[in-house]
Amino acid sequence: MTATERKPQLLDFEKPLAELETRITQIRQIAEENGVDVSAQIQQLEARAVQLRQEIFSSLTPMQELQLARHPRRPSTLDYIQAISDEWMELHGDRRGGDDPAIVGGVGRLAGQPVMLLGHQKGRDTKDNVVRNFGMASPCGYRKAMRLMDHADRFGMPILTFIDTPAAWAGLEAEEFGQGEAIAYNLREMFRLDVPIICTVIGEGGSGGALGIGIGDRVFMFEHAIYSVAPPEACAAILWRDAQKGPRAADALKITAKDLMQLNLIDEILPEPLGGAHTRPLEAAETLKATLIETLEVLGRLSSKERRELRYQKFRAMGVFTQITA
Amino acid sequence: MSLFDWFDNRKKSSPISQVQQEREIADGLWTKCESCGVLAYTKDLRANAMVCPECSHHLRIYSDERIRQLIDPGTWVPMDETLVSCDPLQFKDRKSYSDRLRDYQEKTGLQDAVKTGTGNIEGLRLALGVMDFRFMGGSMGSVVGEKLTRLIEHATENQLPLVIVCASGGARMQEGMLSLMQMAKTSAALERHRDQHLLYIPILTHPTTGGVTASFAMLGDIILAEPKATIGFAGRRVVEQTLREKLPDNFQTAEYLLSHGFIDAVVPRTQLKATLGRLIKLHQPMPNASDVFKGNLGARPATLS
Repeated sequence: MTATERKPQLLDFEKPLAELETRITQIRQIAEENGVDVSAQIQQLEARAVQLRQEIFSSLTPMQELQLARHPRRPSTLDYIQAISDEWMELHGDRRGGDDPAIVGGVGRLAGQPVMLLGHQKGRDTKDNVVRNFGMASPCGYRKAMRLMDHADRFGMPILTFIDTPAAWAGLEAEEFGQGEAIAYNLREMFRLDVPIICTVIGEGGSGGALGIGIGDRVFMFEHAIYSVAPPEACAAILWRDAQKGPRAADALKITAKDLMQLNLIDEILPEPLGGAHTRPLEAAETLKATLIETLEVLGRLSSKERRELRYQKFRAMGVFTQITA
Repeated sequence: MSLFDWFDNRKKSSPISQVQQEREIADGLWTKCESCGVLAYTKDLRANAMVCPECSHHLRIYSDERIRQLIDPGTWVPMDETLVSCDPLQFKDRKSYSDRLRDYQEKTGLQDAVKTGTGNIEGLRLALGVMDFRFMGGSMGSVVGEKLTRLIEHATENQLPLVIVCASGGARMQEGMLSLMQMAKTSAALERHRDQHLLYIPILTHPTTGGVTASFAMLGDIILAEPKATIGFAGRRVVEQTLREKLPDNFQTAEYLLSHGFIDAVVPRTQLKATLGRLIKLHQPMPNASDVFKGNLGARPATLS
């Protein structure tokens, strides 16, 4: 893959690790030039590097998780679709006058089974991001998604959605064309669909923009994905009156996969390769594929009526409150 | 002290008559219209549904007043009044969420940002939810979501039409993702209500934004709004920041939504009850509606009532 040949983009907290790795390379070079045997030391340093990597990635702060979730090299919806499907064809348009590049979708085959695959699509570089609007979907994106899901329902194809968006697009046209209505409509209609639905947060789960394709019989999150009611920076600007308090907001909002698992809002955390999905995207895709196949098999044993009932009960149970004695 | 400060101080030390006037406003005898500034007798104003007689500005009203305006006297039966939030995330910004909740409860006498129940409008039974902007900006957390969901489920079970008066800044951030999921929960309940061919009319009042707009506010069979109410998904300032340009004055007003096809009518508050009564009657199953049409015109048979 060409991505690995390019210089990896380092996050702040990865720097000590990178320094250690550079030192190992340097020592190896010097040793080779001088014909000295340092393999024992190198082995030791390499072991230390592995340990350091494990330490760093097992104790990430929510803000660091957010950085990983937003990593520019993180596999996108199209990467995963291409990696997990036997074949697939992208379909376009909401049939209402628009085709939003921030949401992609199409028919394909997973382990032989025809499925509908769709999700938010972020750009791979700046130019691509301009086209994809950084994965922030417009009303026509949500309407395209709904059109594709209706199609899937008609032809009995399970629906697999991939969530990766900072938020729904907040522009003039988005308001004009009913961003609120488009998302609301999907929320309601996804409860009506007979086919199995599995949603996976692969990167950033941004608020209503994520939920608009996020109603499923199962909701999964990758280990370093996040799912938040509002972007932490925006939340900080409102609640702390200071956008710089993003890390505190990220902490308080409970946005990591572990947090959501604890709150019973998701069903499973998909493990990522050490260092994040972008370090070994194919390995992450393998995990996703295996989980999706296994889950589809489980969901396939239920009748559509049972699935709808369970889907309802699953979301019905979300919320924490108490009763006062009057 | 600069000359300007002196002017400022002069304004603060106002003449007696104004002090007296302010006292009477505080007593609630008079109410000042925040739009045109005219002073109206609160009693008259209440008789006019808290709509300014001078400029027709709709003064902000809260859940108790709204219920008084809409529901036939003596028919209101409240539901789930004892549900309260319990700060599941132990959230703390500049103040802890628990303290915030307690302060709002003391200040408003409400438990949370919505009142739900059943009552009659012109003799017709319906399920009604009224959001209350006083309580943390009408934001939706677990309690608002749960109360509305129970209300919708009650309406479905009892084959009742449903009306929700919306007024909200959106999801309640202090409950994190639990808040976001209330959008899904209420929408799910509405799907079942809809599946029973029951009528749902949300009424969008100032302001209806964020997660509420992106869920039950926009899912009505018929959607009504109050004049000049702000209705939108993203806040105006957010949109301005994204675009770095000024937006048209009427952007995200009820009238703007009407002209863009997202709501059915802008209804002055003074006519709201009558309009609701009329709409509900029009959608009621009527076995013998007419002596002229004997055949089956597709009307839903009257299962209940």
